[in-house]
Amino acid sequence: MKSSVIIFPGSNCDRDVAVALEKFQIKNEMVWHNESNLPKSDLVILPGGFSYGDYLRTGCIASKSKIIKDVLKHANKGGLVLGICNGFQILIETGLLPGVLLRNEKLRFLSKNIYLKVVNINNKFCVNYNKKNVIKLPIAHNEGNYFANDDLLKKLEDKNLITFKYCSEKGDINKTYNPNGSSNNIAGILNDQKNILGMMPHPERVIDPILSGEDGSIIFESLRKSH
Amino acid sequence: MTLKKDVLDPQGKVVGQTLKNMGYENIINVRQGKYFDIEIDETDKEKAKKIAEEICKKLLTNIVIEDYSISLK
Repeated sequence: MKSSVIIFPGSNCDRDVAVALEKFQIKNEMVWHNESNLPKSDLVILPGGFSYGDYLRTGCIASKSKIIKDVLKHANKGGLVLGICNGFQILIETGLLPGVLLRNEKLRFLSKNIYLKVVNINNKFCVNYNKKNVIKLPIAHNEGNYFANDDLLKKLEDKNLITFKYCSEKGDINKTYNPNGSSNNIAGILNDQKNILGMMPHPERVIDPILSGEDGSIIFESLRKSH
Repeated sequence: MTLKKDVLDPQGKVVGQTLKNMGYENIINVRQGKYFDIEIDETDKEKAKKIAEEICKKLLTNIVIEDYSISLK
């Protein structure tokens, strides 16, 4: 399996993702945003960070980068795309994923570990979560409050396009365990074809039992297995 | 309100550059600012404008680096 990690000015999780990909034997290439050609890849990752200093709206300027044209082509052909944190915000701004990410309800930057329930494993990113469906990952964002109108929420729920919801350690999903105010506790969603995943938590930071744990590894294992 | 002409506005510059990259080649300059919609309980337009000006100077802008303009409706 081959992957490309896109680096924007202000990305800061790009190398963490690269380490994770390498660990799971996914052959990765780093791609600068100003390139016009995407190398042949099965998976494109938009990493976390603060692309363009979050000017105008988070992810907005990055979504107009040169390389994005090729990312759109890749995505529309059914290629896998994973957007983490700022990457999720960029995916929303490109229109590859629906809805919008507002500022956190309490207007504070959040940096902490949270629990997530994996609510849909029928996709290439989450297949390996069949044995473990409550996981612990870190979040680190200021604009992670996912908002969707009632029609869109209904569609996301009915079509099983939500992958992760904020929950308690035991897996209860309710307002108490919603860190940022997002609709229905949503932390990650898929597009209709389920080849694009956007998520606010950082799986790439949880791939080593000595440092943090292995709850994030499962995504990379799933991806490798899917190929 | 916007930053004064001679104060660097990096955000406006980036937006301008992005527009050019998108093909809007005739864009000359972009300044980014803030907009406040203020309702004032006052029938006299002159007085209302005076209040708005005061608000701008005392709270909304830093007059060292920012300009403001007021329009009445």
